[in-house]
Amino acid sequence: MDLKLTTEELAFRDELRIWLASHIPKDWEEWREKPIEESFAYLRAWQQKLQEGRWAAVSWPSEYGGRSATLMQQALFWEEMARVDAPPMANSLGLGLIGPTIIACGTEAQKQRFIPKILSAEEIWCQGFSEPNAGSDLAGLQMEARLDGDHYIVNGQKVWTSYGWVGDWCELVVRTDASAAKHKGLTVLLVDMKSPGVEVRPLRQMTGESEFNELFFRDVHVPVENVLGKVNDGWNVAMSTLMYERGAYGARLHLIFKRYMTRLIELARTTRRNGRPAAEDPIIRQKLAQCSAEIEIMRFNQMRAFSRISATGVPGPEGSILKIFWSELNQRLQQIAQELLGSYGQLLGGDPHAIDKGMWSYAYLRTRGNTIEAGTSEVQRNIIGHFVLGLPRSY
Amino acid sequence: MQFGLSESQEFLKDSARKFFAGECPSAETRRLMETDTAYDAALWSKLADQGYTGIIFPEEYGGVGLGKVELMLLMEEAGRALLPGPFFSTVVLAGSVLDALATPLLKKKYLAPICRGEVRATVAILEASGSWNPAHVQLSAANGKLTGEKLFVSDAGIADFIIVVARNGVFIVDGKAHGLKISPMLAMDLTRKLYVVEFSNTPAEQIGDATNLPRAFDVATAALAAELVGGMQRTLDITVEYAKTRKQFGKPIGMFQAVQHQCADMYLETESSRSAVYYAGWALEENAPDAAAAVSIAKMYASDAGRTVGNRGIQIHGGMGFTWENDLHLYYRRAKASETAFGDSTFHRERIASMVIDAGNVSAKSA
Repeated sequence: MDLKLTTEELAFRDELRIWLASHIPKDWEEWREKPIEESFAYLRAWQQKLQEGRWAAVSWPSEYGGRSATLMQQALFWEEMARVDAPPMANSLGLGLIGPTIIACGTEAQKQRFIPKILSAEEIWCQGFSEPNAGSDLAGLQMEARLDGDHYIVNGQKVWTSYGWVGDWCELVVRTDASAAKHKGLTVLLVDMKSPGVEVRPLRQMTGESEFNELFFRDVHVPVENVLGKVNDGWNVAMSTLMYERGAYGARLHLIFKRYMTRLIELARTTRRNGRPAAEDPIIRQKLAQCSAEIEIMRFNQMRAFSRISATGVPGPEGSILKIFWSELNQRLQQIAQELLGSYGQLLGGDPHAIDKGMWSYAYLRTRGNTIEAGTSEVQRNIIGHFVLGLPRSY
Repeated sequence: MQFGLSESQEFLKDSARKFFAGECPSAETRRLMETDTAYDAALWSKLADQGYTGIIFPEEYGGVGLGKVELMLLMEEAGRALLPGPFFSTVVLAGSVLDALATPLLKKKYLAPICRGEVRATVAILEASGSWNPAHVQLSAANGKLTGEKLFVSDAGIADFIIVVARNGVFIVDGKAHGLKISPMLAMDLTRKLYVVEFSNTPAEQIGDATNLPRAFDVATAALAAELVGGMQRTLDITVEYAKTRKQFGKPIGMFQAVQHQCADMYLETESSRSAVYYAGWALEENAPDAAAAVSIAKMYASDAGRTVGNRGIQIHGGMGFTWENDLHLYYRRAKASETAFGDSTFHRERIASMVIDAGNVSAKSA
C-alpha cells in the first residue's frame, strides 16, 4: 500500500496542470448559469481546445488520439478538471462511453468513420438504451429492428436519452430476434439522428429542466454496416459500454462534494441558530462532520477500487458500492443544506431572497435522480447481493 | 498510487488469518470467555512466537518493526477471530504508549518484555465521568503515589503492570503494588474483561508527560477500528452463508431482496470501514498531516458500522440470531465495547467538526 503518486503519475498530472494553467477558460462562470442550448457551442469549443492538447480522451489508446492513460492517470485527470472547475466537454457520452465501445467492438471502417469526429466534437453522440417499459430491466427492451435487405427498419421508443436534442448519432440497442431469450436477441446499431422517422422530444424532469429526451423511431432505416459488434450480441456490447460508466469519472466527485461542503460550512458560519452561529450548534456540527467524513471515505473507497482494477485489469462488481455511496451521500448532503437554510431552502434561482442563486433548492431536487440514474440503488444492491456475495438471484 | 496491499502485507494478513483460525477457533473463544480473565498462557506464547506481541515496535526492543498498516491488518484478523484476552490492552495500547513516551531505559524495562511476550499490561484512562477527553482526567499523583479510581480498565485483572494517565503525567503501577485493588466490572463483552482499579497511596513510577499521548491513542483507536472491521467481515460471512442455506417458503432466504439488500448494506458498511481504516493506518505510518482526522473518520464510521452490521446480521438470522449458541452475539458484544472505547461516533464527529469547521479542512493528502 503506497498512496504516494508514482513518477509517471506525477509527470502526467504536472503536464496537465501546466496545460490547464494556460488554457482553462476564464469566462466559464458567466456561461455556466445559461441553459445548455445556449452554452453548447462554448462546450464544443472547449472540447476542441482540449483535444488540441490531446486531453479530450486520455483513456483512449494513443493510436486513436488518446494518451493510453492508466486508470490512476484518468482519475488524476478528472480530479484536476474538478480542481480548476473546468467546463464539461460537449461530447461527454461519445468520449466516455460510446467511443471506447466503438474502439473495443467496432470494425476498422467504423473506427475511421466515427472516432475522429467524436474527438473533435463535430458529431455529438447520445445513447438510446432505456425505454418506457425497460428501465432497470434493460434486457426487456422492445424497440424492434427488422432486417430488410441491406437495412434494418427500426420502430419504437427510447427515453432518458441525454444529449438527444443535440445528438448527431445514437448508440441504439434494439431487438433483432424476438424469438430468442431476452438477453440474446439484442443488437447495437449506430444510428444517424438525421435519418427520416427520428423524432426527438424534450423530457421535462422534476427540476423543471430537460436534461433528457424521448426518442421516437418510425420506420427508420439503418444500414447493416452500422451494426456495432455482432448481430444478437448487443447485450454484451451494451454492457461493455455500461462498464465505462463506472470508470475513473467518479474521481472528480470528491472535489465537487468538498466544494459543496466548504459552502455548507460557510453557510453554517453565517446562519444563526438559537442566538449563535449554526456552526456552533452541536447537532449541526455532528451532521456536518458525518458528511465531511463520508466524503473522505467515498474517496478512500474509490482509490481502493481503482487500485484493484489497476492490479487485475477488470472492474469488479465491487464498483457498485461506489454508486450507492456517492448518490446517497449527495442526498444526505443536500438535506443538511436544507436544514441549515430553513425557509430559504425552498427558494429557486431568480428569487431575490434566494441564497447562492437558488443552487441548494435545485440540487435538493436534482439529487433525487442520483439514486435512480445509471442503475438504481436497488439494482446496485441486487448486483452486490448476487455477483459479490453470491446470493441466489432474486429475479 | 496503490491502495491495495503489497505482497508482504497480503502474506501477513493471510498467515494471521490461518494462525487465528487454527489457534483460536470459536470453541476456544467460548472456553476462554467463561474464565475470569479470558487469558490463556499457551495462546499468548504462540502470539509471541509469531512476533505479534512486538509487531510495530523497534527491533532494538525485541520488536518486529513493521508499520501501522501491518498493525491494522493483524488487528483485522484478530477481530475476525474474536481473539480473547489482553492482546489489544498489552501490545496495542500499553505498547504504543510506552513506544510514544518512555525513555530508552524505560522501554528496555517495560516495552521489551511486552515484545518478548513475557508480560501483560494495560492503560487506565477513564474515570467516573466516562469521558474520553484527556482534559477531563482528575486523578493526580503526589509524591510518587496515586490515590483514586479508574474505571473500564481492560484486562487489568491479568496485567503485570498498569499504565495510569493522571493529570500531572503518565505513570506505571506494578500489578502487585501495595494499595492497588482490582475488581471486575460486569460488561457485555465477555472476551475482553473490564475492571475497576482503585489506588490508595499506591507507588507509581512516572514514565513521561502526556504530550505524546494523543499519538499513541490514535494508533490504538485506529487498531480498534481495524478490529471492528474484522468482526464485521466475520458477521457478514456468517450471515451470507446462513442466507444461502436457510430456507423458508421453499427458497433460500438470501433470494429475497429484503434480505439481499441488507446483506449488500452490510458489505458496503464493512468495505467502507475497511477503506477508512487502511487509510488511517497509512496516514499514521506516514505521519500525514491529516492522520488524526483520518483516525477519527475511521473510528467514527466503524463504530456505527460495527453496530449496524451486527443489527442486520442478527435480524437476518431470525430466531437463530437471538440464541446464545450462535456466535453473532459474541461479535455484537465486542462491537458495542469497541464502539464506546476511545470515543464513540458522536465523540469523533465532534473531533472532526473541530478540525473541519473550526480549523480548516480535512483532506486526503494523496493527490
